[in-house]
Amino acid sequence: MAHLQEAAAKKINAICDRYVNERTPLMMILSDIQKEYGYIPLEVQELVSERTGISVAEIYGVVTFYSFFSLKPKGKYVIGVCLGTACYVKGAQQIIDKFSEIIGIKPGETSEDGLFTLDALRCIGACGIAPAVTINGKVYPKLTVDVVPKIVDEYKALEA
Amino acid sequence: MAKVNIKIEGIPFEVEAGLTILEAAKECGFEIPSLCAFNHGECSKGSCRVCLVEATGARGLVASCVYPVAEGMEITISSPKATAARRTSVELLLSNHNKNCQQCDKNGKCELLHVAKLTGARDDMYLGAQTPVTVDRLTPSIVRDTSKCILCGRCVERCKNAHGLGVLGFEKRGFNTIVAPAEDRSFANSPCILCGQCVSVCPTGALMEVSEIEKVDAAFRAGKYVVVQTAPAVRAALGEEFDMPIGTLVTGKMVSALKRLGFKKVFDTNFAADLTIMEEATELLGRITNGGTLPMITSCSPGWVNYAEYYYGDLLGHLSSCKSPHEMFGAILKSYYAEKNGIDPKDMFVVSIMPCTAKKYEKERPELSVNGLRDVDAVLTTRELGKLIKRSGINFAKLPDSEFDNDIVGDYTGAGVIFGTTGGVMEAALRTAAFKLSGEELKKVELEDVRGFEGIKEATYNLAGTEVKVAVAHGMKNAKVLLDQIREGKSPYHFIEIMGCPGGCVAGGGQPYVKPCFLPNEGSDILDTFKSKRAAALYQEDESKALRVSHKNPQIIELYDTYLGEPNSHKAHELLHTHYHAKERFSK
Repeated sequence: MAHLQEAAAKKINAICDRYVNERTPLMMILSDIQKEYGYIPLEVQELVSERTGISVAEIYGVVTFYSFFSLKPKGKYVIGVCLGTACYVKGAQQIIDKFSEIIGIKPGETSEDGLFTLDALRCIGACGIAPAVTINGKVYPKLTVDVVPKIVDEYKALEA
Repeated sequence: MAKVNIKIEGIPFEVEAGLTILEAAKECGFEIPSLCAFNHGECSKGSCRVCLVEATGARGLVASCVYPVAEGMEITISSPKATAARRTSVELLLSNHNKNCQQCDKNGKCELLHVAKLTGARDDMYLGAQTPVTVDRLTPSIVRDTSKCILCGRCVERCKNAHGLGVLGFEKRGFNTIVAPAEDRSFANSPCILCGQCVSVCPTGALMEVSEIEKVDAAFRAGKYVVVQTAPAVRAALGEEFDMPIGTLVTGKMVSALKRLGFKKVFDTNFAADLTIMEEATELLGRITNGGTLPMITSCSPGWVNYAEYYYGDLLGHLSSCKSPHEMFGAILKSYYAEKNGIDPKDMFVVSIMPCTAKKYEKERPELSVNGLRDVDAVLTTRELGKLIKRSGINFAKLPDSEFDNDIVGDYTGAGVIFGTTGGVMEAALRTAAFKLSGEELKKVELEDVRGFEGIKEATYNLAGTEVKVAVAHGMKNAKVLLDQIREGKSPYHFIEIMGCPGGCVAGGGQPYVKPCFLPNEGSDILDTFKSKRAAALYQEDESKALRVSHKNPQIIELYDTYLGEPNSHKAHELLHTHYHAKERFSK
């Protein structure tokens, strides 16, 4: 916990204090921290535990239960490939495999340069445009494997 | 309480509203096979699905441990549908279970095997993938093996209820779910106090003590001078390993068994409890008269010491510097006793029989040694002693009574005996402190205010004009209240006794399992009463002793006269005292 900078610790305590009157504040606290920092490492969980009295193991359990929460920093661009039933039968597996191959990371991982995170999503409710991919919220409908390299290159070009 | 009318197996009953079907059925004389539910709802998550029954008004089968009764409900336990469903539930649990039962130390006390037998489950019904397994053997105290875990959550709840800690939790999701400390860490680098309360509630072999039986075997084989000492709480529970009623005092038989097992000497840790009192009472009075750090807190319980080091590193100055009794005994055996008897202390091997898993860790602390020799070499739990006796062909019930060895050490007073229950150390210390302050013995040595199982007990004693305010807490949840008071500078006490396990050592994490399904002859309230039954056995032994105050123990007097000098002398400090250090909770 000593590794956390004072300012960050202060901020996290302030987030915890937003929900002091809630009966079950944990999800809201973690959600705010995830949005603020992009991930929730153990040091931060310890801080939340001290502030709220909820055990670290319980917090860790919640963080690892919901795919929305992350233990490691996410990349600048988070690629979410829907693997729900409709997308899956429309070839989403090949699409995620292609992303995986090009960027060189497995689903759930982040590239070493911190640029991309590849997430496998369960149904995102966009079955009409299957197979669907989202990148930082932007939706790519009816994607085909052959356009995947182009999309990746576009994002890489933004950084060049 | 309102009542409702229900039918079980077609028979009408009137039961309390709000009960679960499982509880109601039990009251009406039915025993629904169940697995994960424990201790009147201490843990009822309905996770194992073993207790399924048919109930009108419900959709499909219901888990009776969480489903409440309702007016007019008709419950069927014995239908083909319900019995088949219960069997399938167990078969599914077995399909993701390490079925190496023969090598499992829990065999005989395993609740999963018990329900498998009850439901007729077949162990090879469903063969499929297995959840990735973690086996944690890094601490000297507790093994965690997720291949045997059924995800009931009892350990999670017990850690929270007893200590407010929650070191264990559910991690990940779906098929990958495991129960573990955060990050699936070892207990060794998590803030676990190693008390073993999780072990005592685990229905399977997923949580067990680290066995040291082989270590003891090896010492015998190597021709060491193997001596054994037994903690007070052991005698109040060992009989349970041999199906005796809970609360049976088996001191004499236990000594006979240990002698037959080949130990050169069989000593009572109570001798060292008396020694602890001499040191601790002197330390307390010193602190009171010299303006030392107050309140002083006892340091006999290694679970509590671990807790202090993890969570109250700023208050370690309040802990008595006394080693715990069995460590003191080890130090005295390898110095005083060895010298007087011409034994090379290097050839000595000291085994402690303890009601505790944290003692296994404690004995490994480098500071608990003298001249490079560990005070204690091996710690066996009460359960392990039971195993040792059983495998050696000893019929425990038919053993005659024997006396502990007490040539120059080993004698003990009633004060030492009651160390094994919450309030006992306090009572024993006050008996001696009163004498030291006034020069007179207490007229009544039974100090009722500090007895019993209330979470926090407090009392004020006027000892020869000095008012001494004391408090007693057991379980870290209760201890926390007193510790936060100290931190805020508001503690009114001079002396505090803290024991790690709720109830003290009688209910320690190394004591025989109290599992109602294996105790058909005990009452249905046994989980509420077993602590007081075991404690009563200790108070009974205290009353039976002619000497009930530590300072009158003749061997203790002799030890000081001929070897240690005074309590808290330089020599006493060297052998009998220790120090503590704050620990990082999640070390790398």
